[in-house]
Amino acid sequence: MAKQNPSKSSSSTTAKLKPRDKVTLGKIVTLADDVAKKALGGREPKLDIPTRTKSNTIWNKKQGILQMGSATAERELFNLNQAKQFMQTMLHASTIKEFINEGKTSSLRGVFYKAKHTVKGTNENTFDTQDESDPILEDLEVTLGSLREELHIFAENRGTLVGNITLLDKGDEINARKMGSGGWGIPSIVEPDVIEFRKCEAKFVLHVEKGTVWNRFNEDRFWEKHNCILTHGAGQPPRGCRRLLQRLNQELKLPIVCLLDCDPWGHYIYSVIKQGSISLAFESSRLAIPDAKFLGIRAKDYKECDLSEAVKIDLTDNDIKRAKEIAAYPWFEGHRQWQKEIELMLRNGFKMEVEAMITKDISYVTEEYVPQRLKARDWLE
Amino acid sequence: MTETALLDRPSVSEKTPRKKVTAETLATKQRDISVSEFFAKNRHLLGFDNPRKALLTAVKEAVDNSLDACEEAGILPEIVVAIEDLEEGAKPVKPGKAGEAPGKKPKSASSQRYRVTISDNGPGIVRKQVENIFGRLLYGSKFHRLKMSRGQQGIGISAAGMYGLITTGKPMVIQTRPDAKKPAHHIELAMNTKTNRAEVTTDEETDDFPLQRLRELSAGTKKLAASGEFLNPKDFPTGTSVSIELEGRYQKGRGSVDEFLELTAIANPHARIVFIPPGKVVDDEPDLLPEAKRGSKKGEEEPAEPAPKPAEPLVTTETDGVIVFPRAVQDLPPETKEIQPHPKGVELGTLLQMLKDTKEPTLYKFLQEEFCRVSSATASTLCEKIGKTSRTRVADVEPEDAEKLYREFQEVRLAPPPIDCLAPIGVQQLLKGMFKGVRAEFYAASSREPDIYRGRPFLIEAAIAFGGELPADEPARVIRFANRVPLLYQQSACSSFKAVTETNWRNYDLQHPRNSLPIGPLVIMIHMASVWVPFTSESKEAIADYDEIRKEMKLALMECGRKLGTYLRKRARMRRESQRRDIFERYIGEVAQAIHAINGTDAKKLYEVLLAQAKKRTAIADMQLDDEGKRVKDDPADSEGVLIVEQAAGSSDSPPSQLSKAEAAAIQVASMAKSRADESQGKLIKEPEEKKAKRGAGASGKPSKEVSPSAQGRSVPETAPPGADSKPKQKLRMKLVKGKWIRVDEGQSLF
Repeated sequence: MAKQNPSKSSSSTTAKLKPRDKVTLGKIVTLADDVAKKALGGREPKLDIPTRTKSNTIWNKKQGILQMGSATAERELFNLNQAKQFMQTMLHASTIKEFINEGKTSSLRGVFYKAKHTVKGTNENTFDTQDESDPILEDLEVTLGSLREELHIFAENRGTLVGNITLLDKGDEINARKMGSGGWGIPSIVEPDVIEFRKCEAKFVLHVEKGTVWNRFNEDRFWEKHNCILTHGAGQPPRGCRRLLQRLNQELKLPIVCLLDCDPWGHYIYSVIKQGSISLAFESSRLAIPDAKFLGIRAKDYKECDLSEAVKIDLTDNDIKRAKEIAAYPWFEGHRQWQKEIELMLRNGFKMEVEAMITKDISYVTEEYVPQRLKARDWLE
Repeated sequence: MTETALLDRPSVSEKTPRKKVTAETLATKQRDISVSEFFAKNRHLLGFDNPRKALLTAVKEAVDNSLDACEEAGILPEIVVAIEDLEEGAKPVKPGKAGEAPGKKPKSASSQRYRVTISDNGPGIVRKQVENIFGRLLYGSKFHRLKMSRGQQGIGISAAGMYGLITTGKPMVIQTRPDAKKPAHHIELAMNTKTNRAEVTTDEETDDFPLQRLRELSAGTKKLAASGEFLNPKDFPTGTSVSIELEGRYQKGRGSVDEFLELTAIANPHARIVFIPPGKVVDDEPDLLPEAKRGSKKGEEEPAEPAPKPAEPLVTTETDGVIVFPRAVQDLPPETKEIQPHPKGVELGTLLQMLKDTKEPTLYKFLQEEFCRVSSATASTLCEKIGKTSRTRVADVEPEDAEKLYREFQEVRLAPPPIDCLAPIGVQQLLKGMFKGVRAEFYAASSREPDIYRGRPFLIEAAIAFGGELPADEPARVIRFANRVPLLYQQSACSSFKAVTETNWRNYDLQHPRNSLPIGPLVIMIHMASVWVPFTSESKEAIADYDEIRKEMKLALMECGRKLGTYLRKRARMRRESQRRDIFERYIGEVAQAIHAINGTDAKKLYEVLLAQAKKRTAIADMQLDDEGKRVKDDPADSEGVLIVEQAAGSSDSPPSQLSKAEAAAIQVASMAKSRADESQGKLIKEPEEKKAKRGAGASGKPSKEVSPSAQGRSVPETAPPGADSKPKQKLRMKLVKGKWIRVDEGQSLF
């Protein structure tokens, strides 16, 4: 904790620090030195934190990804609205330093608990909820310019993989062909020093929206029949899943094909996979997959696949609003096919889930729908 | 009254054929009704409707007379009010006693006999006038003139005596010494209601003045008398004492003698009033007024002031049951002038009467001499307008001419009546009076410029007290005064009540349900000064609702309200600021620790540096607040007439026993910047002339702007009571820190 003897913890830096950790530690110390220097020099302590807002997000058309702009916001100690956040930022910086020194990693929730205590002389907590803590950590990531794993923080494992590939996970060989019905859980940190790709016969990756759909495909041994890798990201895919997809795409040159719901949320997931998100724009170069493909479900499928009335879910007002927002994103704006797709969905007035395909036949989606579309190369890019 | 109704009834219910009544037989029954007889039967008109109110009215009339007499004679009033319980141990009234009294009305079960004695140090009354003043209704000096005074009709004290006579059969006892070198008169007189004349039963000379009996009334009076603070003969070279035995009911609470005296003390800070309540108190009703009770509560907490003489406290004290309302200012209200009627204010009937009574030979002279604000040019114009000349004799003015004249009065352009006939209490005196009587944290007062209703000048003053010990979730208490006399009954019929409910208190951050009183720790005081206060009834309980009067009241309230709003908003802002300060201080420790953990910077040193910076930041914040405050103060209307009481510093720094003294010493009149205070102190001595001059100037044309400096000059800033000078009287500046007011010179201890 913050009150620990610094000399002790700095002396224990001998604990086999990797070069990358040394760099991160240096950044944290520089941050603290800067604040101390300002304070002792009689100036007001403040931090410059890059802003993670839409206004500071730049659409890099050439690279096809979202990037963070150069705008920063000052975080001052002597500002009523920022004082607490300033304190929290410094507190987390010292917490992270401790993790690095100890050579250990922690979940977001662990960091929250580590830094949570009562402010001396009050009944106020440094952090009340994890919702307060997580954005502070993201602030630190961008301020220090360090990746989350470089800060020794990980998120909950989310997302699953199965398919014709063999991986090395912290030295353990993972044969993704023999994962039974559960599949291999994608860790939140999948950098090359943790995950190495070994033998891969797969020709592409099919990424589906959620576990239920993934189960259908796994049960039908889709990846075996079509020689591919099958993943899901439990809705909005977390950073670990996205990073893994990007590495498969960039290092093994595997096309990423997405099977998502036909609704604004599905479109948004595709958008995030393809060009990154606003809040993590600073990581887009590590996460975005500009050539990811949107296979379905398409708005035209209701007619084309002759689906029954039962698949329809009415668009809510909020859906309509969201769809229009997505259509207006700069990366969709000039995209004729996407404009048509969203327009058609709005005209339909309903959305469709991947699971709805089951109304045709239990395995319609794995045996007919996806193979046909893949064969026809009928997807959106 | 009931008995007449009883007499009438049988004749109505009789079934026998009616007797023929001739005009002659009727004529035998037709005779003069004496005024006294009329009021004896209609005593509710004078405020004697029930025993409790009767007791109050008797006290009220006597105190009003005493104050008026003292002021006219230029004497600082020293008034003693004693109520003696004449039925020892009497709970319910014994029937035997009732028989003793020849009162026509059976006593109500809860009433009992009291002797009310009011002594003053006024000029006394010359022997031959005693019967007229105390023994006749509608006899007095105040009815015929247009001058600001408490009494108006000359009914009061004699009616009280008559009530006493009716209920107990005992005559009024009067001691008066008009000449300091001669013995006092002791007179007992009873009024004959038929003849409206007094019958003197005892008339002798005595040296027993002021009354020895009162000094030995109780332990408290003996104690006070021994220290020279009670009925000291030195303080009573002349004076009058009236004793009335009457059937009454003594009970505290709203509309009680206690409340009346408390309010009188607020409106008359120049008077010292000592009140000796009866030993036995009928206390079967819960106390409605926490303020009224406060005096006694305080007395219990700090029993007797150990050294009573040197520092006379400015707040009400109690010694063994004797309540002393101290004198808060040493100056008498300025003397008021009598004025002649203003043409716009007279009614046709009055005009006819005036024409009949005048000694002036010509109409022209009549207009000029008997009215105010009628110049020679105006008089000639008026004469011409009604087809007369300036030489027309008054005797030749026919009633129809008078009617024409009356109409011309309404048309003609005239200056408003002079206003030096009014004596406002004054902003500073109002604040001192309120501070003496009401425990609050914020006081504001405003004194309006005189205005006119029906040709009569009047002036409205208002004051509010907020916060402190006042109950926070009850409707505001409204205290009303007319010519410095508290009005205790018929609140909702009073113009002032309407003014309070019509003022939008929400503008000043107060809760205010529609058409009712605002809710909050608030006391609202309204004073109307006028040569003729338009009461709704003879018992003088409510002010009639004239638009002009209500408008002025609302303006005065709004002025006070604005000051309160400014204060409340400022207080809220300062609370926010102090929270902000807290937040900085709170997080600095964490930040220092975190940085220490990262790079080994000396946490203590860093903490101190950051704390110093936080202090600097707060200092900047303070300065900004001060600057803002100053910017506000540039508008004198906001800071004039405001009194803010130090509250919290005392409780934390000094033992509670010293609190009241510390409080008394630490009153600060925030409004008065140093220079102004000095200035007005200098002005104080020659104040009356200056005021008159300014008033005169103001009255000549537009009466508004020019008068305002005099209103400020009139304020008596630091007229400390004698002896209080020994206390340090430095100017205290106050500031809100952490939501509490503290003295600025103590500010350093905060960090």
